[in-house]
Formats: sequence, C-alpha cells, structure tokens
Amino acid sequence: MSESAGFFTKAPKSAEIAARFPDLHPPFEATAAVTEAYRCLYCFDAPCAQACPTHIDVPKFIKKIATGNLEGSARTILDANILGASCSRACPVDVLCEGACVMHRYNKQPIEIGRLQRFAMDALHESGAPLPFTPEKDTGKSVALIGGGPASLACAAELRRHGVKADIFDARQLPGGLNTYGIAEYKLTLSASLREIDLLAQLGVTFHFETTVDAKKLAEIEKKYDAVFLGLGLGAIHKLGIAGEELLGVTNALDFIAGYKSGKITSAPSRVAVIGAGNTAIDAANAAVRLGATEVTMVYRRGPEQMSAFDFEYEHAKQEGVKFLWHVKPSELKGSGGKIEALELQELESSADGSLVPKAGAAKTLAVDLVVMSIGQATHTDFLEGGKVKLERGKIVIDRATGQTTNPKYFAGGDCTNGGREVVDAVADGKRAGTAMAAWLAAEKQEEHHANA
Amino acid sequence: MPTLETTFAGIKCLNPFWLASAPPTNCGEQIMRAFDAGWGGAVWKTIGAQVTNVSSRYSSIDWAGQRMMGFNNIELISDRPTEVNLAEIAEVKRRYPKHVVIASLMVESKRDVWHEMVARAEDAGADGLELNFGCPHGMSERGMGSAVGQVPEYCQQITEWVKEKARTPVIVKLTPNISDIRLPARAAKRAGADALSAINTINSITGIDLDTLEPRPNVDGKSSHGGYCGPAVKPIALNMVQQVMGDPTAALPMSGIGGIGTWQDAAEFILLGAGTVQVCTAAMHYGYRIVEDMGDGLLAWMRKRGYNTIDDFRGLSLPNVREWKNLNLNFRVVAEIHADKCIGCQLCYTACWDGAHQCIHMDRADGGTEQIVVGTDPRYTMHEPNPHGKPTPAMTAAQSAKMISTTPIAKLDLNGAGVNSAVTPLNRIPRVDVDECVGCNLCSLVCPVPECITMERVENGLPFQSWEERVAAGINAQSDTAAHLPNPNTP
Repeated sequence: MSESAGFFTKAPKSAEIAARFPDLHPPFEATAAVTEAYRCLYCFDAPCAQACPTHIDVPKFIKKIATGNLEGSARTILDANILGASCSRACPVDVLCEGACVMHRYNKQPIEIGRLQRFAMDALHESGAPLPFTPEKDTGKSVALIGGGPASLACAAELRRHGVKADIFDARQLPGGLNTYGIAEYKLTLSASLREIDLLAQLGVTFHFETTVDAKKLAEIEKKYDAVFLGLGLGAIHKLGIAGEELLGVTNALDFIAGYKSGKITSAPSRVAVIGAGNTAIDAANAAVRLGATEVTMVYRRGPEQMSAFDFEYEHAKQEGVKFLWHVKPSELKGSGGKIEALELQELESSADGSLVPKAGAAKTLAVDLVVMSIGQATHTDFLEGGKVKLERGKIVIDRATGQTTNPKYFAGGDCTNGGREVVDAVADGKRAGTAMAAWLAAEKQEEHHANA
Repeated sequence: MPTLETTFAGIKCLNPFWLASAPPTNCGEQIMRAFDAGWGGAVWKTIGAQVTNVSSRYSSIDWAGQRMMGFNNIELISDRPTEVNLAEIAEVKRRYPKHVVIASLMVESKRDVWHEMVARAEDAGADGLELNFGCPHGMSERGMGSAVGQVPEYCQQITEWVKEKARTPVIVKLTPNISDIRLPARAAKRAGADALSAINTINSITGIDLDTLEPRPNVDGKSSHGGYCGPAVKPIALNMVQQVMGDPTAALPMSGIGGIGTWQDAAEFILLGAGTVQVCTAAMHYGYRIVEDMGDGLLAWMRKRGYNTIDDFRGLSLPNVREWKNLNLNFRVVAEIHADKCIGCQLCYTACWDGAHQCIHMDRADGGTEQIVVGTDPRYTMHEPNPHGKPTPAMTAAQSAKMISTTPIAKLDLNGAGVNSAVTPLNRIPRVDVDECVGCNLCSLVCPVPECITMERVENGLPFQSWEERVAAGINAQSDTAAHLPNPNTP
C-alpha cells in the first residue's frame, strides 16, 4: 500500500477536543510578529541557532519576517528543519533557542522564536505552496525507512532532495509517529502534524502503513533496498510489576495521549493518578485536567528536585491544577469488579547511602478512577538482536555525525538511538543520517561504476 | 533657576520652541491651542501667492518598525485667502500678546508685491517676518521658494526689497537644496536680514509602491519630488547650521530647523549657534504636547550644566567643529569591550570584519587574551589584514554548523546550550586586537548595550599634529611612517 498525500484530510476532527485543548502559545497576529521580529538583534553565529539541534538560522528567518519575505523565511527554516512547523510548536524552546537568546542578558525578555517560526510556517501552509525544494536527478538508489516518526521523515526528505527514493514503513494508520500521536494537543495538534507531512509526500516520500517490521520483514526489505534507516522510536511504557496492573482504568500515558488526540477518548473520570514525573507524565496529567478530571495527582518516588520534567512543564502542571505526591511508590493497584478503585502507596525515605528505602509504617491509599503509567519507555529493538547492528542496553549504537550503525548499510536516529529526547533531536538525527546516506550511496554507486568498467 | 526666556533678533520669546511654518500653523485656532500646550512661538503657514493643493500630500519612510523616520510633503503654501490669515494673526496676537507670531511670506518676485505683503503682515501684528526662500516643490516651478533661495543674487534682491519696508525683524529661511548654503546666507546678510532660519526641506522621493510601481505620495498615480524632513534630516541640518554659524560673513541670529523633536535635539542646535528652534514633523507625528518634555528636559539639563539662559550655552560647540585638515592626527583611541557588560551578540565582531578593519576576534577562550600588546598603530604600520591568521567569520560560523547540539535533559545536562543564559560564555565575548584597531568607533556604534564597548584613549606621548601642519612641514605621510612616529611602547 502506498499513499502520496491527503493525510491532513484524514485527521479525526473533534470539536470538543479542540475546545478543551486550545493553543498554549497562540499564533502571532501579523503586526505582532513584525514588531517581535524587529526586536531580534540579528546576532552573528547566534546562540539560538547553536542551541537548536537542527541549527535553524534563526536571525535570518526572523529578519525575513520583519521585511515581509515570508516565503524566504519559511525556506530558511525548512532548509535546516523539514518539520519546522511541528518543532515551532512542540519544541521546549525555553531550554533551546529561547533559552540561549542573548536577550536574557539584555532587556530580559527573549525573542519569541518559537511563535515567530510558527508564523512563518503557517504562512507557507496557508499559501498552499509546496516545499520550496526540487529533488535532484534520480540516482536510482532507494532507502527503506522503518518507523514513520520525525527521524525517518527528516531522513526521507533529505534523501529525496538528493535524488534517492525513500519508502517509509509504519505500523500505524497515519504517519508522524509521536509527532502525530504523542505531543500534547495544546502544543501540536494531530492535524497540524499531518498537514506538514503532506508536503513531504509531495516531495516524493512514499508511505507503507499498518506494516509492522519484524526480523522476517526486515530481511525482505534489506534485499530490496540499497540502505535502511532505523527510526523505530521507543516501545511500550514500562510496567510497575505490581498487583492490579491488568485492572480496567489502568492505562499508560502514550495510549492515553494518543487516545484523546485521535478522538477516541473525550473525557476523563474525576480522580486520576499519573505515575511518574517526566515531560510525558505532565502532558498526561494536564490532559486529564482538560478532559474533565477534578483531582489529578502525580505520584513520584523522588522529590521535585529530581523530576525529569523541565521546570517550565512543572510550572505549567501546577497552573493547570495538578497536585503532586512526592517520595511515594505505588505498592498495589486495588479494584473491585475488575475496575481500579485505589492506589496503595508506600512512603520512601533516603537511606544513608542515598538510595530510597520504604519508610517504616508509612503507607497511604489514594482513591482513583484512572491510573496513567508514565515511568519511561522500553526499547523495541529485539528483532535487531543477533548482530545485525550493535545495541547498547537496547539502544542502537550510531556514529553521531552520520547516523551510521555498525552495519554500514544501516543507519539510525531518533529515540531508538538516544533513549528518548525531543522531536527536534530526532529531526536533527534524521537529517544528518539522510545527508550521510546520500553520500554513502553515491560512493557505492561510484564503486559499482568502477567495478563494471 | 535657569530660564527658557530668550530674545531672538530683538524678539522677546517665552521659550525657544517655535512651530515651523507648516501644517501645524495653518490657522489661528491651531496656533492658539499650540500656545496653550506650551509653544513659545509659531511661524504662520506661508502666506502669499494663490495656490490650490493636491490630494494626497504627505508620505514617509519607516525604519525598523518605527513610523516616520523621514517625512515628505508636496503641499504648497497656505491655500486660505490672505485676508483670512491676516485677520487670524491679529486675533491670535490680541489674545496671546506675549507669544511670538512670525508671518512667513512668499509672493511673486516683484518689489511692489513684496512691499504690499510686508505692510499687510506687519499691520496684522506679526512680531517678525520669515521669507520663505526654501520651499522645494511646486512654488519653485513658479520662480518662488527655493528658486529664489538657490540664487544668492535673487535672495539678496528680495531681502533688500523687504528690508526697505519692514519695521519688524526679517528672518530669511534657507534652502538646503544647494551645494553651499553659506552663499545665500551671505547674500541675506549683505541685504540686511536680521536673522536666518535653516534648514527648509530637502528634495526627495520617499519611495515607490511595489504593487503599483507608483511613487509616494500618490496623486492620481503620479507623484512629484517633495520636501524631506523629520528625524532623518537632523544631521544634515546640524551641518548646515554649523556651516552658516561658523562663517562670520554669513552668521546672524539663527532659528534652527530640521528633525527636532526632543530637548536633546534642541540643545544640539543651540550649541551650534541657534537662538531658537523650529519644529514641524514631530508635532505632526505626536501633536503639540511634545513641547512639554522639550521644555522640561532642556531646563533640567541646563540646571545640571549650570546654564541659566539659552545664551549661556548658545554656540559653545562651534569651536569644536573644524576642517578635517586641522584635526589631531596623533590622537588615537582603541575599542575596549567590557566583558562584564557583553551579551554575546557578536555584532561588533561581524561589523569589524565586514565593515571595518578585521581586528575583533572570537578567541578569548582560545588564548587570545594572552596575546602581548605591542603598541603599534595600524594607521602607520600598514599591516596586512588579519596578520595573526585568526579565523574569519565564515570559519567561525562553519564551526558552529558542525556542532552537534541536543536538547538538554533537565537535571542532567546542566551545561546545555540553552540552559545557562544568565552569564555570557567566555567564548562568545569578542576581543579587540588593540595593535590592529584603528579606533573607527564602528563596534561601539553597533553594540546594543550602553557602555559595553568604549573607545579608550591611547597615550602615545605624541604632540598635536594636523595634516595642515604636516604638509607645511613637508612631511610625506606615505614614506615616513613608523620611523616618523616613535613607538612609546617599544623600547
């Protein structure tokens, strides 16, 4: 099965979800964007561009907004980051471009780079123009990309620009991976992700959906294609390994987020507990609030100092009304009639050697209607075991600059190589790998040519 | 207590702030409101020849998001009947006897026509007359305005006619659309003018509409060159005021005009010899209320400086403007970047490389600060560009492009690029190679942070020497370089 375009039109539309998840950072009005663009100092070798994993030339695209050259602005963004629209919404800009802005040391308010980038990208999308790139002459080479998330999408776009055929294989019905199904809707809507991918299809990237790649399928693919890019992302969310996890009303953050984003979940019960304190856990907790829960509690075995969520995400959750229970660990999920009713919690304290140990006699019960697990994801690279590519604790080992694995025909990038970072990190990986693959394939072709001659 | 009260060419003024002859002084109703707002005087919109104005009339150019950096108009002189203007002058003077009303005049270049106009304006009660020899559009095509101001003989002739008749002070308004403004100024002085005002507006086309390809302001698809004014023209006006006031054969009491909108602007014109200042564009942009800060701010500055009257500081900067040949060639400054203030934008770095002398480097974290200062002066040692082979901006940028950045993980990557932004990293603070720095100022001009880059004097122990002196002494600057200038830092 191969699709070319029209993903955007396939996005499930739910007026209720749209109303409950309005933009956290609303788009700029044109006059506000220009005013903000003029604030940019136009730094040389700008810290914002250095901090960006895809090294978007931020001052350059901002200057172009100021002069009304929106087409050029979008091209500047896309040249560095083919998912510039998604990243403008999904990126944790506080710790990336905007965090690096010199304005922190000047008049204190950083340039709103994320919103400006969105402004330029929205203008391109609204114009209906295709991506401003034309693929080079067909090289006759083809690459299979496993997984349809941001790493593969960025890699595929880079390959197409170099005249290499790019076929994406994905288990879901729609492309984009976590970019489509995993970002809080108030940051990036499912349909905005699809709209951006439609443009990649116009560049000639092809998609094979509902295709799960296992060892057998991979063997087939390997025979058919000149190289393979592994953009698998991560696997299922870890289980706690305690009693009651099979109860109705126990879910995980990824399913919960994908569920409401695709319109399958439209409400949450009143009492929700989220286990974990990462960025995804916060997205799930905030979603529960917006879906109607009245008491949302995040449960974490350490304290706020150790939580892996960004500070600004923690602040956001507090604003949404999420409560936090620190230094506790679930010991049992209790239910009746197969349905969750309560979470048994064991209080923890630090022992002399710094490890967490149960505090004697300190246990509590939290009445809940829904428990959402968000305690990290496992890898799903099992099918690669057996020496196809080198793995390290389940992660695929790559050369950072090229994305090449220990098997020269295999390249990889994104969460399956870094253990789970941001969309923009996956895009950067994919782009580097795409460039390196095109060069590697060109060298291969050169060799074949010599061999034939 | 300092006062703004002053006397200009014999005219007593409550303050030196006058509205220039222009739309803000079109009628009596406006001028009375302006006086209520605090203006000390007004030069009435020019009265005289019959005109019909076009629609539209004004255009402007914006800069970096700010409106009206420069402004242009193709409006002619007053299109109201002369008798109405004169009646209103009488009414304003009756109600505001202490405020200055100057009648700006422009009529056909005929002796009797001028005589009649002068008499009528003075009979109406004007405190003085301003002869509009500057209007650059429309009127000049009919032999008036700048057509007079550009020909010193005409300027002299008409001023003489006016002086034959006038009982009140006569101010000649000069056009900047001439290669040497001193010539008409001298002509006016020879003819007995009591004062001058400068500058009138500058010939200009403000822009072209990129959709219609028609210039602005648009009159039925066409435009005509108009008079340019506003903040953009202030430096041109200051220069012309200085030229006139620095020339004893031209200097007269001067009413300074051109881009004035703040008390600082006013102070600068006065420091170059102006006795009053005239304002138009700023009042058109923000209204009469701008005068409040002009008065307030100027008084505060005078108090701080110890000046009691306008005359106490009038012209004090004139001796500081010289011909280039009389500047001290042995004076030297070099840039100093104050690392504690630097925000790391690197605008100075790229400006120095692309627009100046390639002497700012990004090498503080790379041993640059250990480079020994020899004390050379690049103006004489004629170094080749970048003698130490430092990385060019392109090389610096290419290095960054290769860098692999990742999103920091909270609590783990405490040194991620976007994490610690309170302090400028050492490798982003540029360094000036003082042996290469010619002291051009560019870095200090582009730096967005006040006092981050200062120009520091280098004490080289050399006496004052100007180009003129050098030429007189027969010193050849080309061959006689390092040997001629002993290097005090080299034993």
